[in-house]
Amino acid sequence: MTFAAFPYAQPLEGLAGGILIGLAAAMMLLGAGRIAGVSGITARATGLNRGDMAMTSAWGFLVGLPLGAMAIAVTTDWKAAEFAPWPVLVVAGLIVGFGTRMGSGCTSGHGVCGVSRLSQRSMLATATFIAAGIVTVALVNLFGGTS
Amino acid sequence: MNLIRKLLPPLASGALFGAGLTISGMTDPVRVRGFLDVFGRWDPTLVFVMGGAVMVMAIAWRIQARMKTPMFGEKFSLPDRRDFDGRLIAGSALFGIGWGIAGLCPGPAVASLALSPLSVLPFLVAMLAGMAVHNLLPEPGLRRQGAL
Repeated sequence: MTFAAFPYAQPLEGLAGGILIGLAAAMMLLGAGRIAGVSGITARATGLNRGDMAMTSAWGFLVGLPLGAMAIAVTTDWKAAEFAPWPVLVVAGLIVGFGTRMGSGCTSGHGVCGVSRLSQRSMLATATFIAAGIVTVALVNLFGGTS
Repeated sequence: MNLIRKLLPPLASGALFGAGLTISGMTDPVRVRGFLDVFGRWDPTLVFVMGGAVMVMAIAWRIQARMKTPMFGEKFSLPDRRDFDGRLIAGSALFGIGWGIAGLCPGPAVASLALSPLSVLPFLVAMLAGMAVHNLLPEPGLRRQGAL
């Protein structure tokens, strides 16, 4: 299925992947009693944030992410993605790391888990990071892109 | 047995999460930046990803409300803050800026360790450094109480 106006969009793949992500977050919530927030779990696993999540659980989740990605990459006609040059990635990574701790979450914790819980904090956070992302991409494109 | 209870649900959750991110194209920074490029060549795919995930999770929250304890744990350990503060907004705005620059957020970045490890490594190392820098800031609670 494609959209006439957006021929490059992949709504079916998006929806299928989104449902899997929802099931993943549901498994974390109903199975382990926690939010599947990647920034928070990463900080916990690396000792950059205290918390009561067991290290075994935090590392289990983090190891699972690339394992699941690899399972799809080897079973489908997945193509390698293009990344920005490393100095750009370093700047972006620093801001993402700092910002997600300061804002208590990222796309997974606020965007998926919080929004679906109708948490007003998460809805505000999600609206804010999407708006900031839109402005950033518009400005970056205006000044010639990142590569 | 306890180890398995602590390890397996998060491991399975992470694996499903990574699979979903990869199927939906969210591990591709170009596609993610395409979603944010509303004034250019807008790519609405991320709307479907988030929509699908939120639909499933909305049901999960309803089930959670009827449960006393999680299936493989002693208690639910969930965020309970309801206040709005400057840190939530400023932190989220910063995160959005970094997300827009690279087309990467933490989930796809970690998942990419299996897909494009060398490409994503500078982002992940810098992300951890950014988290460490944040830890150098004084605790907000102390500031609010006037201790700092």
